[in-house]
Amino acid sequence: MATTHTRSAARLMMAPSVILLFAWMIVPLGMTIYFSFLRYNLLMPGMEEFTGFLNYQFFLSDPAFFAALSNTLLLVLGVLLITVIGGIAFALLLDQPMFGQGIVRILVIAPFFVMPTVSALVWKNMFMNPVNGLFAWIARSLGFAPIDFLATIPLLSVIIIVAWQWLPFATLIMLTALQSLDEEQKEAAEMDGAGFVSRFIYIVLPHMARAITVVILIETIFLLSVFAEILVTTNGGPGTESTNLTYLVYAQALLQFDIGGASAGGIVAVILANIVAIFLVRLIGKNLEA
Amino acid sequence: MARKVSTKRKLVMTAIAWTLGFLIFFPILWTFLTSFKSEGDAIASPPVFLFFHWTTENYTEVQSRSDYVLHFWNSVIMSVGSTLLGLLIAIPSAWAMAFSPTKRTKDVLMWMLSTKMMPPVGALIPVYLIFRDMGLLDSRIGLVIVLTLINLPIIVWMLYTYFKEIPGEILEAARMDGASLAKEIVYVLTPMAIPGIASTLLLNIILAWNEAFWTLNLTTSRAAPLTTFIASYSSPEGLFYAKLSAASTMAIAPILILGWFSQKQLVRGLTFGAVK
Amino acid sequence: MLVLKFFWEEDMTLKTILLGAVSALAFSGAASAETLTIATVNNGDMIRMQKLTDDFKAKNPGIDLEWVTLEENVLRQRVTTDIATKSGQYDVMTIGIYETPIWGKQGWLAPLDKLTSDAKYDANDLLPPIRSGLTVDGKLYAAPFYGESSMVMYRKDLFDKAGLKMPEKPTWDFIADAARKITNKGSETYGICLRGKAGWGENMAFLTATANSFGARWFDENWKPQFDQPEWKNTLDFYVKLMKDAGPPGASSNGFNENLALFQTGKCGMWIDATVAASFVTNPKESKVADQVGFALAPDNGLGKRGNWLWSWNLAIPAGSKKVEAAEKFIAWATSKDYLNLVAEKEGWANVPPGTRTSLYQNPEYQKAAAFAKMTLDSINAADPKKPTVKPVPYEGVQYVAIPEFQGIGTAVGQQFSAALAGQVSVDQALKNAQQLTEREMAKAGYPKK
Repeated sequence: MATTHTRSAARLMMAPSVILLFAWMIVPLGMTIYFSFLRYNLLMPGMEEFTGFLNYQFFLSDPAFFAALSNTLLLVLGVLLITVIGGIAFALLLDQPMFGQGIVRILVIAPFFVMPTVSALVWKNMFMNPVNGLFAWIARSLGFAPIDFLATIPLLSVIIIVAWQWLPFATLIMLTALQSLDEEQKEAAEMDGAGFVSRFIYIVLPHMARAITVVILIETIFLLSVFAEILVTTNGGPGTESTNLTYLVYAQALLQFDIGGASAGGIVAVILANIVAIFLVRLIGKNLEA
Repeated sequence: MARKVSTKRKLVMTAIAWTLGFLIFFPILWTFLTSFKSEGDAIASPPVFLFFHWTTENYTEVQSRSDYVLHFWNSVIMSVGSTLLGLLIAIPSAWAMAFSPTKRTKDVLMWMLSTKMMPPVGALIPVYLIFRDMGLLDSRIGLVIVLTLINLPIIVWMLYTYFKEIPGEILEAARMDGASLAKEIVYVLTPMAIPGIASTLLLNIILAWNEAFWTLNLTTSRAAPLTTFIASYSSPEGLFYAKLSAASTMAIAPILILGWFSQKQLVRGLTFGAVK
Repeated sequence: MLVLKFFWEEDMTLKTILLGAVSALAFSGAASAETLTIATVNNGDMIRMQKLTDDFKAKNPGIDLEWVTLEENVLRQRVTTDIATKSGQYDVMTIGIYETPIWGKQGWLAPLDKLTSDAKYDANDLLPPIRSGLTVDGKLYAAPFYGESSMVMYRKDLFDKAGLKMPEKPTWDFIADAARKITNKGSETYGICLRGKAGWGENMAFLTATANSFGARWFDENWKPQFDQPEWKNTLDFYVKLMKDAGPPGASSNGFNENLALFQTGKCGMWIDATVAASFVTNPKESKVADQVGFALAPDNGLGKRGNWLWSWNLAIPAGSKKVEAAEKFIAWATSKDYLNLVAEKEGWANVPPGTRTSLYQNPEYQKAAAFAKMTLDSINAADPKKPTVKPVPYEGVQYVAIPEFQGIGTAVGQQFSAALAGQVSVDQALKNAQQLTEREMAKAGYPKK
């Protein structure tokens, strides 16, 4: 009795968020699917006609599509690599006894609060600009030719900017995990004569597994749709060197105003995102149950 | 049983950590400093770090061009409003998931998170058309609704991980005493859940504050938050580093200060219950 | 208890928001003051106009102005989405000479009949090439706020030092030669700064105009893309090699604004760009090289077309707007002769928005204050959007093709050319890609149309 009662109460309590999210997903999704089968350009009203899978055919056969696909993956993996490894390293460092740890923490967490547009603007103009940027000045005073970041290594530049924004997040989670590691456990291992490396591999790393999983999950969700950083810095270029899927769909929707094509692209992106989601469920399922 | 640490080692660690921390923070510091330079000093080579003629003319210029206060309030209203609305919807839902889990709870959670993986631009035109028909374009309430929806999955998930940490026996005991559902929530659950709710609140205010796609595309002037304010400085004519820096500082300062003051709660929140 | 407090606060916030929204609606309905929402681009002249709002309000009591200032690309997206979905968020829009005829034909804009018939406004004073670009079937659909062509701006001191003399009508060969001679990478002096940032209004504006002078064209008479023709290869080869030898680093991300900053800080020997830049580079408050700037017409190759474009930013009213009357008053004010006088009085003649009215160029005070006046007028008059290329074409527009699909195609081609400039792909590959993607897009859009 009690259980059925709580069950239905639970359903009732979950209803608002589930219904709202479902509506938020299904209404635009339904419209997007519908648009994706139309020849529909915002600039040419009254010309809409059913075209079957033509939009999908154009989107999937676009050479930019494969570039965008690999750029999306490179961007996500690149940022994850930097932030996870950097985060662990930083966390280990911050966990050491030192003076003014609180202040260092304040310094490190700051980039997380900066709007993506602002950080992209600042990095692009004040640091990566090959004439007036600070990096160019450093290179010149050391006797090197300044690197033209956004032209020669566009995707890497975007990765650097995004990684800067997410490093604090990773660091702080790792640090909290590290600090919760039993001090006595560490000491016992030290007494046993375990070196730093083996201590790290056998005690610290397993303890941080859950924290790492969370970092990967949350960051992936946000990194799949990185957009402002690319728009502000490289506009997806040169060529399609730094175009990711989100940006490609954006270009179709708001540069070409080809709503049909953009909708097809959006649906493709949704399918790909769901593949990633299923993959993540497996990963998380294993790690979070434990 | 504290470990003995040599002062020398401590000093070395301090030096390394401070240097790295400073480097990470430097872009923000540099922006802040540049905002007080003249445009000429802002691109001087070699760069001037502290010894330049400090001026507030950039701030005056920015303020004379755009109504900072209006954009600031819009940012406050939409980030706080959407977070509170989100909590209102998410708390019962996360509560149910945590205390009456079914086989499908995990799937529902992951499904919710996966709605966040769609590229928002794919849905822009449909949402734009809906907003037009409902008269929600350039309205704060429309923005609050959208931001609530896009952050709802994160809110539900964060709360769920906190609520799961609350031992079920306490609730059982309360139920034995004949407490009603409402009492159960108010007297038993709430005090234990406050820290989790607080950090969820903070994180989502930050996420909403920095959201730059929907806010830019669904507002024009009256409801435009600071993300729109910054969009007019992205590439103006001539020398603009100092003005850009001033506008940037004005856009990020409020949330940066809030973040610093609530650092402790926020950090706890960021761990998403992954760390016990 | 705190949760309850949250709920309560939440409730209050919601109520406040709701009440706020309701009262805002009620207010705008009841109040007699009309508010015009104006979308503008964030360039110097427009920002200056914002600061002069008080003058308009004093002359037109009861009309309030609300400004939405955006970066060019964002502005274009916002106003296009708005007008195509008929959302009516803006009462006055700043649009380009590219959009005006397309939107006018579409019936999206309210014709400005009141202005053309108003003797005091004197529409016959508008510069003919610009006015004709904004007119569809005899009706003016947008009023020009400022107009521009492109020309060569160069540093007299650097030319003297290198023993060079700029002719009034230079050829591309002379420009390339001079640029290489002036370049001194050690002292950060680059012979020539040109646009490289991808975008139909950025690098493609420059490259399409340049290609015209090399005898190239976007499409032949049957709408077949022409990037596989030798004229385009010559253009792009010339551009990429010149920029490699004599251009600044990072040129592939430089647009108008970036190049302006470079020129103002004395890092460019020459800069071929919009004529409006002339007032910025000669303004001693902003420019380190203000007293050393000379001007010349955009270069040619002796084929009869010079490499200069024609552009104007214009104010227009969306069709179906409920505030047409107030909006017309505003546009009349902002594009009138009186407005030019007002700016001259407050900021000096050199800062007056150029390129819209014949009377301005006949004004001796303006001629005296603006050394670039004659060159600007000559450049504008040298551009012919109705017949832009050496060979015949089915389209109008000097540095653009006036079809709706062009924004997307132009930007995608711009990406390819930007990649060629950055050295990511070869010139041949970039042209091949451009040809392919243009063919694809044109096929998708159903060209050739009857």
